[in-house]
Amino acid sequence: MSDAQTMQIPVTVLTGYLGAGKTTLLNRILSENHGKRYAVIVNEFGEIGIDNELIVESDEEIYEMNNGCVCCTVRGDLIRVVEGLMRRPGRFDAIVVETTGLADPVPVAQTFFMDDDVRSKTRLDAVVTLVDAKHLPLRLKDSREAEDQIAFADVVVLNKTDLVTPEELSKVEATIRAINPAARIHRTTRAGVALSEVLDRGAFDLSRALENDPHFLEAHDDHDHHEHDHHDHDGHHDHDGHDHHHHAHPSDIHDVTVQSVSLRGGEMDPKKFFPWIEKITQMEGPNILRLKGIIALKGDDERYVIQGVHMIIEGDHQRAWKDGEKHESRLVFIGRELDADRLKKSFDACQAA
Amino acid sequence: MPTVAPLDLQGHCIAAVFLGDVPHFALADGAIHRLDHGHKTVQANDGLLAAFHDAANDRLITGGEDGKIFSTTAGGNAAELASAGKKWITSVAAGPQGAVAYASGKIAFVRFADGKTTEFAHPRSVEGLAFSPKGMRFGVARYNGATLHFPAADGKPVELEWAGAHTGITFSPDGAFLVTTMQENALHGWKLAGGKHMRMSGYPGKVKSLSWSAKGKWLASSGAPAAIVWPFSGKDGPMGKAPLELGTRGNAMVTSVACHPSQDVVAVGYDDGMVMAVRFADAKEVLLRRPGKGAITSMMWDKEERRVAFGSAAGDCGVIDISA
Repeated sequence: MSDAQTMQIPVTVLTGYLGAGKTTLLNRILSENHGKRYAVIVNEFGEIGIDNELIVESDEEIYEMNNGCVCCTVRGDLIRVVEGLMRRPGRFDAIVVETTGLADPVPVAQTFFMDDDVRSKTRLDAVVTLVDAKHLPLRLKDSREAEDQIAFADVVVLNKTDLVTPEELSKVEATIRAINPAARIHRTTRAGVALSEVLDRGAFDLSRALENDPHFLEAHDDHDHHEHDHHDHDGHHDHDGHDHHHHAHPSDIHDVTVQSVSLRGGEMDPKKFFPWIEKITQMEGPNILRLKGIIALKGDDERYVIQGVHMIIEGDHQRAWKDGEKHESRLVFIGRELDADRLKKSFDACQAA
Repeated sequence: MPTVAPLDLQGHCIAAVFLGDVPHFALADGAIHRLDHGHKTVQANDGLLAAFHDAANDRLITGGEDGKIFSTTAGGNAAELASAGKKWITSVAAGPQGAVAYASGKIAFVRFADGKTTEFAHPRSVEGLAFSPKGMRFGVARYNGATLHFPAADGKPVELEWAGAHTGITFSPDGAFLVTTMQENALHGWKLAGGKHMRMSGYPGKVKSLSWSAKGKWLASSGAPAAIVWPFSGKDGPMGKAPLELGTRGNAMVTSVACHPSQDVVAVGYDDGMVMAVRFADAKEVLLRRPGKGAITSMMWDKEERRVAFGSAAGDCGVIDISA
């Protein structure tokens, strides 16, 4: 293959319930002057008001394999459209996939790992989920998809913050944090997040994953992820929640079925850790939506990062530990029916003596 | 020694075909190039996604990003046959009596020679299309199986079920068998009389190219480091029989196959651009083209059985003359 064809095009997935602001954000991506050209895959042309010839309409099409395995489920329409787009790669620099409000984000992401053709030509950059601050509590009551979209996100854009009180906003953010402690959360009105915070994140890129998140799974409180509301058009957000030191307890939040298990430990014995993570993902794969972690391996001067979707797991050395940096292992599982005690005990048992 | 007349183009070649005795190369940008006393070009679709060689009418049917269907004949006459709105045309096929089928989303369209068009809506996307060689019947590859329609009559469609996503479809030349390519690394087949299933699996990659040998005795396929050639001469097709593995290479995958029009020989194209001809009887190989810039995407023999037109994903196309 020629060089031009082996270059992998980044793909950003935009999810979020109807009315959360996906189209607003998409229109900004297409219209703002950032020097990049995007091919956009949408379910319906709808209200995308930009004259961009590379908007492709496709019917969301979930394909399970003959073996029936949920971890092999992919989006057939994306395979077809990405393959078609990539036959003329000179037309765009990146791809944005906008899903419908009810879309399950997992098959979208798995497409970029499971399908050899798609995988060879593109790479999943990040899953960005828009959340309507006002309606999230209601959405969580009536749909599992809203929860899955948050659980699966690398970046959550908490939009329409002007429609709720500061107290409501804190509560909504605590709920999001309870569902997904690993995502970055941006509070916005009119989807006014800096595009650099949603595009080209490299959230699925092992060499960059978690590097952008120095506070990944930090212990001191749940509120250290506010990105300080920059680019907020209204400019009168006087509240960013730093005063609140209560921890989110998933059990206190109604209508949340996703749980996360955050594990911390010292240096791991690679002979114990790798068989363990393999076994956990094999056995618990269907229950694991996402996993992310930074692992300190005994006798290794580099940070080892891992991430996974269901049973698909990948890991690699990321960079050398910095001088004075604590050799600590941090790992989060986001999913359903996870046995936190068992995960914690078995994780602890992998620590180097 | 075979000789190669190269035609270096810019872009992904979707189809390399002979129209008349002139080699044509349809690229993803919708330009159709030909070698007809020099290099000439005609523009068909604005973005070309699917192509089908209509042997009976000596034309190339194409569908594209522009939602249109074009017909291109020898001499570079490209004409719009039909239009189906803003969605991509993802599959095209030609059938008996000048009929053409095309797919857009969940709808399969059949356009008869007189211009009358019938729509067939499906609950899921139409992935692949093929006409039966006999009678006015066409098949749709879809999620969890295939559907057979009878567009000239108001009969109920026949549903053939098999779990998984079916992406491409072909009838055997005698119309007795239907074979689909799948999203997973396998083919699936049905014996149409009785609906008996045929599982053809074990491929390391997806099967993207299929070609029936002379008289439909064999079905050659890509998706492995060799051309996998299934025997279809028995009444139950390949069931219980092992396929031939022809042109095996250790470090390359077969991406395109094209059976010889009359002999049991297959042209095999690889992901590094190499092309070989291999005989079924003794697996004897002849190198037709050395590796090039991109994977072979399409090949066709001419009527004189002397030349093979080939196209690649990187645009380095050409014509192999085996008689020279």
